[in-house]
Amino acid sequence: MKTQQYDLVVIGGGPAGMAAAVSAYDQGVRSIVILERDKQLGGILNQCIHNGFGLHHFKEELSGPEYAERYIKDVRARDIEVRLESMVLDLNSERIIQLVSPSHGFELIEAKAVILAMGSRERARGGIGTPGTRPAGVLTAGAAQRYVNLEGQRVGENIVILGSGDIGLIMARRLSLEGCKVHACVEIMSEPGGLARNIVQCLQDFDIPLLLSHTVTRIEGKKRIEAVHIAKVDMQMRPIPGTERRVACDTLLLSVGLIPENELSRAAGVELDNRTKGPQVFENLQTSVPGVFACGNVLHIHDLVDHVSDESARAGRAAAAYLSKQTDTAGGDLIALEAGRGLRYTVPQRLHLRPDLEKLDIFFRVTHTAEEQKIIVESGGKQIALFRRVHVAPGEMEKITLPAKVLAEIQPGAKLSLRLEAAL
Amino acid sequence: MKELICIVCPRGCHLKVDENDDYKVTGHRCARGVLYGYQEMTAPTRVVTSTVVLENAGEERCPVRTSQAVPKAKMFEVIDIVRKLKISAPVSLGQVLVPDIAGSGADLIATRSFSGTGN
Ligand SMILES: Cc1cc2nc3c(=O)[nH]c(=O)nc-3n(C[C@H](O)[C@H](O)[C@H](O)COP(=O)(O)OP(=O)(O)OC[C@H]3O[C@@H](n4cnc5c(N)ncnc54)[C@H](O)[C@@H]3O)c2cc1C
Ligand code: SF4
Repeated sequence: MKTQQYDLVVIGGGPAGMAAAVSAYDQGVRSIVILERDKQLGGILNQCIHNGFGLHHFKEELSGPEYAERYIKDVRARDIEVRLESMVLDLNSERIIQLVSPSHGFELIEAKAVILAMGSRERARGGIGTPGTRPAGVLTAGAAQRYVNLEGQRVGENIVILGSGDIGLIMARRLSLEGCKVHACVEIMSEPGGLARNIVQCLQDFDIPLLLSHTVTRIEGKKRIEAVHIAKVDMQMRPIPGTERRVACDTLLLSVGLIPENELSRAAGVELDNRTKGPQVFENLQTSVPGVFACGNVLHIHDLVDHVSDESARAGRAAAAYLSKQTDTAGGDLIALEAGRGLRYTVPQRLHLRPDLEKLDIFFRVTHTAEEQKIIVESGGKQIALFRRVHVAPGEMEKITLPAKVLAEIQPGAKLSLRLEAAL
Repeated sequence: MKELICIVCPRGCHLKVDENDDYKVTGHRCARGVLYGYQEMTAPTRVVTSTVVLENAGEERCPVRTSQAVPKAKMFEVIDIVRKLKISAPVSLGQVLVPDIAGSGADLIATRSFSGTGN
């Protein structure tokens, strides 16, 4: 079999892959292919028909498909090859890609640089361990979204939603508008997972009860789900005896979160971060394998697509720089970033402190909701930057940018640490 | 007195709106909350998004939305019209499918393009 050659292969044609390919092209890369397993570009956006996308980028509230179409136009306006229905099976550290498609069968591609943009997958029920039978009618909120919005199917009539993540909330509204009865949204934590806006417009508008500090303790039904048992939980999240009640339903939607799609990252030998579940990256979004970059939900879960587009454009530029050998990532001091008190993780996890680094974008999530906070950036025990926030929450990704004059104060050999503190 | 969560920004202030005192808002932390509380109590609006049956495109559904927010009370009336609608490709993004839907002042528009391949 003949191995095909490309300068840049982008795996995944969602918003991340499209923005990365476009920016690499605009930096002069001409041999680019996007490999997408679906029969269209756009990724998860195609099924997100609700509005709320693009407020930062386009200053208007678009639906997912509208946001996607703007980027699809950008891709089509350039000489970027797009291969649809092309599923990548394997990637190794030499950047050899195994690909399969209905039109060409099995193929091998060798890339000088690769951008990982495969998005995320939903945590499945196995990951949350609800006892009981395994009947039909139990599915993830995202799968329901695909059936209803893309295929026009009905998932059921009487619905219970487990988890208060945004996808579940969006589906509560969608199914209510479709004439289904959503009996409850059950959340084990004492705070909802999704945005306040979705609590109001997706639950309250339709009088759907939000049961905080509650969980599903049992699923009933042989072939098809017939009921769930819902109970209140204590501080240790254990069901409180005597609070259990039975709710008849034919469908249980699971909305318990997303995790990066990391099978290919793992196959390529990319070092992963067990907090983000995605690759560890340097400041230019390069992974531990030279020439392999990552962006979008495959890197860490984003809540705003605008951030995905920005981050991915950076990955595209970095891949272009790598291809033209402008970036010698081996150069400069290696600095580790540390997510200190109040932070769950940072992206990037490491950086090469090169003199030509103009600024550094750091994304992170906080561990708890709080008001009036400051983010303190320290190097070698010395504070080098401070950012203020009136409100932080785990559900909202934070971003800070360190300018060159702050980067100049980083101590070689020391960690760059970030922490959260109350601003008094 | 009605309690509302302000959704204008992520802080999510818990507003109290007094219907008996000209919809006076308390619990806000900025002026946008006052406007939101007043509007939400007197004339709440929502953008409605859904899908319609699509023919001749090789796909089952075309996503749609109202071109602007419609009165909340009209939401189900809009949806009833949407559910009965059937369109055929080609469709272009932004194409008006139902002008002034349910007398709301907003148009129903397609939010995705489909060429009429029909496969
Ligand atoms: C249900 C839901 C609701 C959301 N709501 C909002 C919102 O209201 N506002 C907002 O701003 N953001 C929202 N987001 C977030 C935003 O949509 C995502 O962060 C963004 O789509 C992620 O883009 P991505 O390109 O990284 O991943 P995806 O969109 O998932 O794209 C990944 C692509 O890679 C392809 N792929 C994966 N593996 C392979 C392989 N092995 N070979 C070939 N192709 C492969 C997939 O088919 C897919 O097309 C929402 C997300 C979800 C899931
Ligand atoms: S009142 Fe102001 S600060 Fe509070 S949620 Fe509304 S917009 Fe945000």
